[in-house]
Amino acid sequence: MQTHKAKRVEITIEQVMENRLTGALRGAGVTGYTVLPVRAGSGKSGEWSRAGQVSRAEGMVQVVCIIRPDRLDTLLEAAFAVVERHIGVVCVTDCEVLRAERF
Amino acid sequence: MTEILALAADNLISPIVLSFALGLAAALARSDLAIPEAAAKALSIYLLFAIGFKGGVSVADHGIDLKLGLTLLAGVVLSALLPLLAFGLLRTMSGMDRLNAAAVAGHYGSISIVTFVAATSVLESSGIAAEGYMVAVAAAMEAPAILSALWLISRGESKARMDSGLWREILLNGSIVLLVGAFLIGMVTGAEGLSEIDSFIVAPFKGVLCLFLLDMGLVAGRGMQKGRGALNMGAVSFGLLMPLVGGAAGLVAALLLGLSTGGTVLLMTLSASASYIAVPAAMRVALPEANPSIYLTLSLGVTFPFNLTLGIPIYLAVAQAVTGG
Repeated sequence: MQTHKAKRVEITIEQVMENRLTGALRGAGVTGYTVLPVRAGSGKSGEWSRAGQVSRAEGMVQVVCIIRPDRLDTLLEAAFAVVERHIGVVCVTDCEVLRAERF
Repeated sequence: MTEILALAADNLISPIVLSFALGLAAALARSDLAIPEAAAKALSIYLLFAIGFKGGVSVADHGIDLKLGLTLLAGVVLSALLPLLAFGLLRTMSGMDRLNAAAVAGHYGSISIVTFVAATSVLESSGIAAEGYMVAVAAAMEAPAILSALWLISRGESKARMDSGLWREILLNGSIVLLVGAFLIGMVTGAEGLSEIDSFIVAPFKGVLCLFLLDMGLVAGRGMQKGRGALNMGAVSFGLLMPLVGGAAGLVAALLLGLSTGGTVLLMTLSASASYIAVPAAMRVALPEANPSIYLTLSLGVTFPFNLTLGIPIYLAVAQAVTGG
Protein backbone atom coordinates (compact mmCIF):
# COMPACT_ATOMS: atom_id res chain seq x y z
CA MET A 1 0.00 0.00 0.00
CA GLN A 2 1.19 3.53 -0.80
CA THR A 3 2.44 5.45 2.25
CA HIS A 4 3.68 9.05 2.63
CA LYS A 5 6.45 10.46 4.77
CA ALA A 6 5.40 12.65 7.69
CA LYS A 7 6.73 13.94 11.01
CA ARG A 8 5.31 12.89 14.35
CA VAL A 9 5.78 15.52 17.06
CA GLU A 10 5.21 14.53 20.69
CA ILE A 11 5.17 17.32 23.24
CA THR A 12 4.93 16.32 26.90
CA ILE A 13 4.07 19.42 28.88
CA GLU A 14 2.43 20.67 32.07
CA GLN A 15 -1.34 20.41 32.04
CA VAL A 16 -1.74 24.12 32.79
CA MET A 17 -0.11 24.86 29.43
CA GLU A 18 -2.29 22.52 27.37
CA ASN A 19 -4.68 25.13 25.98
CA ARG A 20 -1.87 27.58 25.28
CA LEU A 21 0.06 24.93 23.37
CA THR A 22 -2.87 23.65 21.32
CA GLY A 23 -3.83 27.27 20.56
CA ALA A 24 -0.30 27.95 19.33
CA LEU A 25 -0.36 24.80 17.20
CA ARG A 26 -3.65 25.80 15.59
CA GLY A 27 -2.18 29.26 14.99
CA ALA A 28 0.76 27.58 13.21
CA GLY A 29 -1.62 25.83 10.83
CA VAL A 30 -1.72 22.41 12.49
CA THR A 31 -5.04 20.89 11.51
CA GLY A 32 -5.12 18.02 13.96
CA TYR A 33 -3.60 16.81 17.20
CA THR A 34 -4.34 14.38 20.00
CA VAL A 35 -4.03 15.13 23.71
CA LEU A 36 -3.19 12.16 25.93
CA PRO A 37 -3.18 12.01 29.73
CA VAL A 38 0.18 11.20 31.31
CA ARG A 39 0.16 8.93 34.37
CA ALA A 40 3.61 9.38 35.83
CA GLY A 41 7.20 10.05 35.00
CA SER A 42 10.61 11.15 36.12
CA GLY A 43 13.11 13.60 34.69
CA LYS A 44 15.29 16.60 35.35
CA SER A 45 12.56 18.18 37.49
CA GLY A 46 12.11 15.08 39.65
CA GLU A 47 9.52 12.33 39.95
CA TRP A 48 5.91 12.95 39.18
CA SER A 49 2.73 10.88 39.43
CA ARG A 50 -0.86 11.62 38.53
CA ALA A 51 -2.04 9.77 41.65
CA GLY A 52 -2.90 12.09 44.48
CA GLN A 53 -2.80 15.35 42.60
CA VAL A 54 -5.04 17.91 44.22
CA SER A 55 -4.55 20.65 41.67
CA ARG A 56 -3.77 20.98 37.99
CA ALA A 57 -0.48 22.57 38.96
CA GLU A 58 1.52 19.37 38.72
CA GLY A 59 -0.42 17.50 36.03
CA MET A 60 1.18 16.61 32.71
CA VAL A 61 -0.30 15.87 29.28
CA GLN A 62 1.12 14.77 25.98
CA VAL A 63 0.13 16.50 22.75
CA VAL A 64 0.79 14.42 19.66
CA CYS A 65 0.51 15.71 16.11
CA ILE A 66 1.50 14.38 12.72
CA ILE A 67 2.35 16.87 10.01
CA ARG A 68 3.92 17.18 6.58
CA PRO A 69 7.74 17.54 6.84
CA ASP A 70 7.70 21.01 5.25
CA ARG A 71 5.54 22.37 8.10
CA LEU A 72 7.78 21.13 10.90
CA ASP A 73 9.81 24.30 11.47
CA THR A 74 6.71 26.50 11.74
CA LEU A 75 5.21 24.09 14.28
CA LEU A 76 8.37 23.85 16.36
CA GLU A 77 8.79 27.63 16.49
CA ALA A 78 5.18 28.05 17.68
CA ALA A 79 5.53 25.26 20.22
CA PHE A 80 8.88 26.46 21.52
CA ALA A 81 7.47 29.90 22.31
CA VAL A 82 5.01 28.19 24.68
CA VAL A 83 7.13 25.44 26.22
CA GLU A 84 10.48 27.26 26.50
CA ARG A 85 10.23 28.09 30.23
CA HIS A 86 8.28 25.01 31.26
CA ILE A 87 8.90 21.42 32.32
CA GLY A 88 8.48 19.10 29.34
CA VAL A 89 9.94 17.26 26.40
CA VAL A 90 9.59 17.92 22.66
CA CYS A 91 10.36 14.94 20.46
CA VAL A 92 10.23 14.63 16.63
CA THR A 93 10.27 11.29 14.81
CA ASP A 94 9.82 10.20 11.21
CA CYS A 95 6.66 8.31 10.41
CA GLU A 96 4.54 7.30 7.46
CA VAL A 97 0.84 7.86 6.90
CA LEU A 98 -1.66 6.40 4.51
CA ARG A 99 -3.70 9.49 3.64
CA ALA A 100 -1.33 12.42 3.09
CA GLU A 101 -4.10 14.90 2.33
CA ARG A 102 -5.23 14.73 5.97
CA PHE A 103 -2.02 16.29 7.25
CA MET B 1 -4.99 27.95 77.47
CA THR B 2 -6.77 24.96 79.00
CA GLU B 3 -9.78 25.75 76.86
CA ILE B 4 -7.68 25.83 73.70
CA LEU B 5 -6.11 22.48 74.60
CA ALA B 6 -9.53 20.97 75.29
CA LEU B 7 -10.87 22.25 71.97
CA ALA B 8 -7.78 20.98 70.16
CA ALA B 9 -8.14 17.58 71.82
CA ASP B 10 -11.82 17.37 70.82
CA ASN B 11 -10.93 18.42 67.30
CA LEU B 12 -8.11 15.90 67.06
CA ILE B 13 -10.41 12.97 67.78
CA SER B 14 -13.17 14.13 65.42
CA PRO B 15 -13.93 11.82 62.46
CA ILE B 16 -12.85 14.58 60.09
CA VAL B 17 -9.34 15.00 61.51
CA LEU B 18 -8.91 11.26 62.09
CA SER B 19 -9.84 10.60 58.45
CA PHE B 20 -7.16 13.07 57.39
CA ALA B 21 -4.68 11.41 59.78
CA LEU B 22 -5.50 8.01 58.29
CA GLY B 23 -4.75 9.26 54.78
CA LEU B 24 -1.56 10.93 55.97
CA ALA B 25 -0.37 7.81 57.81
CA ALA B 26 -1.23 5.56 54.86
CA ALA B 27 0.74 7.77 52.47
CA LEU B 28 3.74 8.04 54.78
CA ALA B 29 3.69 4.24 55.23
CA ARG B 30 3.66 3.96 51.41
CA SER B 31 0.32 2.11 51.36
CA ASP B 32 -1.32 1.81 47.95
CA LEU B 33 -4.56 3.25 49.35
CA ALA B 34 -5.92 5.76 46.83
CA ILE B 35 -9.16 7.61 46.13
CA PRO B 36 -9.78 7.47 42.36
CA GLU B 37 -9.20 10.85 40.72
CA ALA B 38 -12.77 11.09 39.42
CA ALA B 39 -14.21 10.18 42.83
CA ALA B 40 -12.09 12.84 44.56
CA LYS B 41 -13.29 15.37 42.00
CA ALA B 42 -16.92 14.36 42.63
CA LEU B 43 -16.44 14.71 46.39
CA SER B 44 -15.00 18.21 45.99
CA ILE B 45 -17.87 19.23 43.67
CA TYR B 46 -20.35 18.02 46.29
CA LEU B 47 -18.63 19.90 49.12
CA LEU B 48 -18.35 23.16 47.15
CA PHE B 49 -21.98 22.97 46.06
CA ALA B 50 -23.22 22.17 49.57
CA ILE B 51 -21.20 24.87 51.32
CA GLY B 52 -22.07 27.48 48.68
CA PHE B 53 -25.76 26.61 48.74
CA LYS B 54 -26.03 26.70 52.53
CA GLY B 55 -24.22 30.06 52.60
CA GLY B 56 -26.66 31.47 50.06
CA VAL B 57 -29.65 30.22 52.06
CA SER B 58 -28.26 31.89 55.17
CA VAL B 59 -27.95 35.21 53.33
CA ALA B 60 -31.51 34.81 52.02
CA ASP B 61 -32.68 34.35 55.62
CA HIS B 62 -30.81 37.34 57.03
CA GLY B 63 -30.84 39.69 54.05
CA ILE B 64 -28.08 41.67 52.36
CA ASP B 65 -26.57 44.52 54.32
CA LEU B 66 -23.63 46.93 54.22
CA LYS B 67 -21.57 44.58 56.37
CA LEU B 68 -21.61 42.02 53.56
CA GLY B 69 -19.98 44.49 51.17
CA LEU B 70 -17.47 45.64 53.78
CA THR B 71 -16.54 42.05 54.66
CA LEU B 72 -16.00 41.24 50.99
CA LEU B 73 -13.78 44.30 50.71
CA ALA B 74 -11.88 43.32 53.85
CA GLY B 75 -11.34 39.84 52.37
CA VAL B 76 -9.90 41.33 49.17
CA VAL B 77 -7.61 43.67 51.14
CA LEU B 78 -6.42 40.84 53.41
CA SER B 79 -5.72 38.64 50.41
CA ALA B 80 -3.73 41.42 48.73
CA LEU B 81 -1.72 42.43 51.81
CA LEU B 82 -0.98 39.08 53.47
CA PRO B 83 1.48 38.05 50.71
CA LEU B 84 3.58 41.15 51.45
CA LEU B 85 3.76 40.12 55.10
CA ALA B 86 4.43 36.50 54.18
CA PHE B 87 7.16 37.51 51.76
CA GLY B 88 9.06 39.53 54.36
CA LEU B 89 8.61 36.87 57.04
CA LEU B 90 9.71 34.03 54.79
CA ARG B 91 12.78 35.87 53.51
CA THR B 92 13.78 36.69 57.08
CA MET B 93 13.11 33.24 58.52
CA SER B 94 14.46 31.03 55.75
CA GLY B 95 16.67 33.17 53.55
CA MET B 96 14.69 31.91 50.55
CA ASP B 97 15.40 33.56 47.20
CA ARG B 98 13.11 36.31 45.98
CA LEU B 99 11.40 34.30 43.21
CA ASN B 100 10.40 31.32 45.35
CA ALA B 101 9.55 33.53 48.33
CA ALA B 102 7.16 35.58 46.18
CA ALA B 103 5.55 32.42 44.78
CA VAL B 104 5.06 31.06 48.31
CA ALA B 105 3.74 34.43 49.52
CA GLY B 106 0.99 34.34 46.89
CA HIS B 107 -0.26 31.05 48.35
CA TYR B 108 -0.53 32.53 51.85
CA GLY B 109 -2.71 35.45 50.76
CA SER B 110 -5.10 33.16 48.94
CA ILE B 111 -7.24 30.56 50.70
CA SER B 112 -7.82 26.85 51.17
CA ILE B 113 -11.50 26.13 50.68
CA VAL B 114 -11.15 22.71 52.36
CA THR B 115 -9.81 24.36 55.53
CA PHE B 116 -12.78 26.74 55.34
CA VAL B 117 -15.21 23.81 54.95
CA ALA B 118 -13.58 22.05 57.93
CA ALA B 119 -13.95 25.22 60.03
CA THR B 120 -17.65 25.53 59.13
CA SER B 121 -18.09 21.91 60.14
CA VAL B 122 -16.43 22.57 63.52
CA LEU B 123 -18.71 25.60 64.01
CA GLU B 124 -21.78 23.52 63.19
CA SER B 125 -20.70 20.85 65.66
CA SER B 126 -20.23 23.53 68.32
CA GLY B 127 -23.62 25.10 67.54
CA ILE B 128 -22.04 28.42 66.58
CA ALA B 129 -23.68 30.38 63.76
CA ALA B 130 -21.71 32.37 61.21
CA GLU B 131 -22.57 34.89 58.52
CA GLY B 132 -23.60 32.94 55.40
CA TYR B 133 -21.84 35.36 53.10
CA MET B 134 -18.45 34.18 54.35
CA VAL B 135 -18.64 31.76 51.43
CA ALA B 136 -18.60 34.73 49.04
CA VAL B 137 -15.70 36.22 51.01
CA ALA B 138 -13.80 32.95 50.50
CA ALA B 139 -14.33 33.21 46.74
CA ALA B 140 -13.25 36.88 46.74
CA MET B 141 -10.01 36.04 48.55
CA GLU B 142 -8.74 33.57 45.94
CA ALA B 143 -7.28 35.93 43.34
CA PRO B 144 -5.91 39.23 44.81
CA ALA B 145 -2.96 37.40 46.39
CA ILE B 146 -1.80 36.28 42.96
CA LEU B 147 -1.56 39.92 41.86
CA SER B 148 0.49 40.75 44.95
CA ALA B 149 2.87 37.84 44.30
CA LEU B 150 3.36 38.99 40.71
CA TRP B 151 3.98 42.54 41.90
CA LEU B 152 6.65 41.24 44.28
CA ILE B 153 8.27 39.43 41.36
CA SER B 154 8.13 42.48 39.10
CA ARG B 155 10.23 44.40 41.65
CA GLY B 156 13.08 41.91 41.15
CA GLU B 157 14.87 40.69 38.03
CA SER B 158 12.48 37.89 37.12
CA LYS B 159 9.52 38.39 34.85
CA ALA B 160 6.11 36.85 35.25
CA ARG B 161 4.22 35.61 32.24
CA MET B 162 0.68 36.97 32.27
CA ASP B 163 -1.96 36.73 29.57
CA SER B 164 -5.71 37.16 29.32
CA GLY B 165 -6.17 33.39 29.38
CA LEU B 166 -4.52 33.19 32.78
CA TRP B 167 -6.82 35.85 34.21
CA ARG B 168 -9.84 33.99 32.90
CA GLU B 169 -8.53 30.76 34.45
CA ILE B 170 -7.91 32.45 37.81
CA LEU B 171 -11.20 34.34 38.03
CA LEU B 172 -13.38 31.66 36.48
CA ASN B 173 -11.71 28.54 37.82
CA GLY B 174 -14.19 25.73 38.39
CA SER B 175 -14.11 25.95 42.19
CA ILE B 176 -14.98 29.65 42.24
CA VAL B 177 -17.73 29.28 39.63
CA LEU B 178 -19.29 26.37 41.52
CA LEU B 179 -19.00 28.01 44.93
CA VAL B 180 -20.42 31.36 43.81
CA GLY B 181 -23.02 29.70 41.58
CA ALA B 182 -24.30 27.46 44.40
CA PHE B 183 -24.27 30.49 46.73
CA LEU B 184 -26.48 32.42 44.29
CA ILE B 185 -28.82 29.43 43.86
CA GLY B 186 -29.11 29.18 47.65
CA MET B 187 -29.75 32.90 47.91
CA VAL B 188 -32.49 32.82 45.25
CA THR B 189 -34.25 29.69 46.47
CA GLY B 190 -33.80 30.31 50.20
CA ALA B 191 -35.06 28.02 52.95
CA GLU B 192 -37.69 26.52 50.65
CA GLY B 193 -35.00 25.44 48.20
CA LEU B 194 -32.93 24.01 51.02
CA SER B 195 -35.86 21.97 52.32
CA GLU B 196 -36.13 20.33 48.90
CA ILE B 197 -32.55 19.07 48.85
CA ASP B 198 -31.45 19.07 52.48
CA SER B 199 -31.42 15.28 52.68
CA PHE B 200 -28.69 15.44 50.02
CA ILE B 201 -26.61 18.42 51.03
CA VAL B 202 -26.99 18.58 54.82
CA ALA B 203 -27.11 15.06 56.29
CA PRO B 204 -24.33 13.40 54.25
CA PHE B 205 -22.06 16.46 54.40
CA LYS B 206 -19.75 15.35 57.21
CA GLY B 207 -19.39 11.82 55.86
CA VAL B 208 -18.40 13.15 52.46
CA LEU B 209 -16.01 15.61 54.12
CA CYS B 210 -14.37 12.66 55.95
CA LEU B 211 -13.76 10.84 52.66
CA PHE B 212 -12.45 14.00 51.02
CA LEU B 213 -10.08 14.63 53.91
CA LEU B 214 -8.92 11.02 53.72
CA ASP B 215 -7.88 11.85 50.15
CA MET B 216 -6.32 15.14 51.26
CA GLY B 217 -4.32 13.22 53.87
CA LEU B 218 -3.03 10.90 51.15
CA VAL B 219 -2.15 13.86 48.94
CA ALA B 220 -0.47 15.75 51.78
CA GLY B 221 1.50 12.67 52.87
CA ARG B 222 2.74 11.96 49.36
CA GLY B 223 3.54 15.66 48.95
CA MET B 224 5.59 15.56 52.16
CA GLN B 225 7.56 12.57 50.89
CA LYS B 226 8.23 14.18 47.54
CA GLY B 227 9.05 17.55 49.04
CA ARG B 228 11.39 16.19 51.68
CA GLY B 229 14.58 18.19 51.44
CA ALA B 230 12.92 21.08 49.60
CA LEU B 231 12.39 23.04 52.82
CA ASN B 232 14.83 24.14 55.49
CA MET B 233 13.84 24.54 59.14
CA GLY B 234 13.23 28.25 58.63
CA ALA B 235 10.71 27.55 55.86
CA VAL B 236 8.93 24.88 57.92
CA SER B 237 8.75 27.30 60.86
CA PHE B 238 7.28 29.88 58.51
CA GLY B 239 4.61 27.36 57.46
CA LEU B 240 3.60 27.01 61.11
CA LEU B 241 3.92 30.68 62.11
CA MET B 242 2.30 32.34 59.09
CA PRO B 243 -1.18 30.83 59.74
CA LEU B 244 -1.10 32.40 63.21
CA VAL B 245 -0.03 35.75 61.76
CA GLY B 246 -2.72 35.55 59.07
CA GLY B 247 -5.27 34.46 61.66
CA ALA B 248 -4.38 37.48 63.81
CA ALA B 249 -4.87 39.79 60.79
CA GLY B 250 -8.23 38.13 60.15
CA LEU B 251 -9.17 38.62 63.80
CA VAL B 252 -8.41 42.35 63.67
CA ALA B 253 -10.46 42.72 60.47
CA ALA B 254 -13.36 40.74 61.95
CA LEU B 255 -13.38 42.89 65.10
CA LEU B 256 -13.37 46.09 63.02
CA LEU B 257 -16.27 44.72 60.98
CA GLY B 258 -18.18 43.53 64.06
CA LEU B 259 -18.58 39.97 62.78
CA SER B 260 -20.20 37.29 64.92
CA THR B 261 -18.03 34.73 66.73
CA GLY B 262 -18.58 32.24 63.91
CA GLY B 263 -17.82 34.85 61.25
CA THR B 264 -14.66 35.82 63.13
CA VAL B 265 -13.50 32.19 63.21
CA LEU B 266 -14.13 31.85 59.49
CA LEU B 267 -12.33 35.08 58.54
CA MET B 268 -9.41 34.04 60.77
CA THR B 269 -9.38 30.61 59.11
CA LEU B 270 -9.49 32.11 55.61
CA SER B 271 -6.65 34.50 56.43
CA ALA B 272 -4.65 31.69 58.03
CA SER B 273 -5.05 29.18 55.23
CA ALA B 274 -2.88 28.80 52.16
CA SER B 275 -4.00 27.90 48.66
CA TYR B 276 -2.95 24.63 47.04
CA ILE B 277 -5.29 24.59 44.05
CA ALA B 278 -5.78 27.94 42.32
CA VAL B 279 -2.48 29.65 43.13
CA PRO B 280 -0.14 26.74 42.28
CA ALA B 281 -1.78 26.44 38.86
CA ALA B 282 -1.43 30.20 38.27
CA MET B 283 2.21 30.12 39.43
CA ARG B 284 3.07 27.29 37.05
CA VAL B 285 1.89 29.47 34.16
CA ALA B 286 3.18 32.85 35.33
CA LEU B 287 6.34 31.78 37.18
CA PRO B 288 7.47 28.40 35.85
CA GLU B 289 10.97 28.95 37.29
CA ALA B 290 9.60 28.90 40.86
CA ASN B 291 9.95 25.47 42.48
CA PRO B 292 6.51 23.83 43.01
CA SER B 293 7.99 21.43 45.58
CA ILE B 294 8.58 24.41 47.86
CA TYR B 295 5.19 26.10 47.67
CA LEU B 296 3.10 22.94 47.48
CA THR B 297 4.94 21.24 50.35
CA LEU B 298 4.59 24.35 52.50
CA SER B 299 0.91 24.99 51.84
CA LEU B 300 -0.28 21.39 51.62
CA GLY B 301 2.24 19.52 53.74
CA VAL B 302 2.81 22.00 56.57
CA THR B 303 0.14 24.71 56.84
CA PHE B 304 -2.92 22.65 55.84
CA PRO B 305 -2.36 19.89 58.46
CA PHE B 306 -1.52 22.54 61.07
CA ASN B 307 -4.73 24.45 60.44
CA LEU B 308 -6.84 21.32 60.35
CA THR B 309 -5.54 19.89 63.62
CA LEU B 310 -4.49 22.83 65.81
CA GLY B 311 -5.21 26.04 63.91
CA ILE B 312 -9.01 25.86 63.77
CA PRO B 313 -9.40 25.10 67.52
CA ILE B 314 -7.01 27.97 68.28
CA TYR B 315 -8.98 30.39 66.07
CA LEU B 316 -12.23 29.23 67.67
CA ALA B 317 -10.93 29.64 71.23
CA VAL B 318 -9.40 33.07 70.50
CA ALA B 319 -12.55 34.29 68.73
CA GLN B 320 -14.72 33.11 71.62
CA ALA B 321 -12.44 34.79 74.14
CA VAL B 322 -12.32 38.08 72.22
CA THR B 323 -15.93 38.33 71.08
CA GLY B 324 -17.36 36.76 74.22
CA GLY B 325 -19.31 34.28 72.06
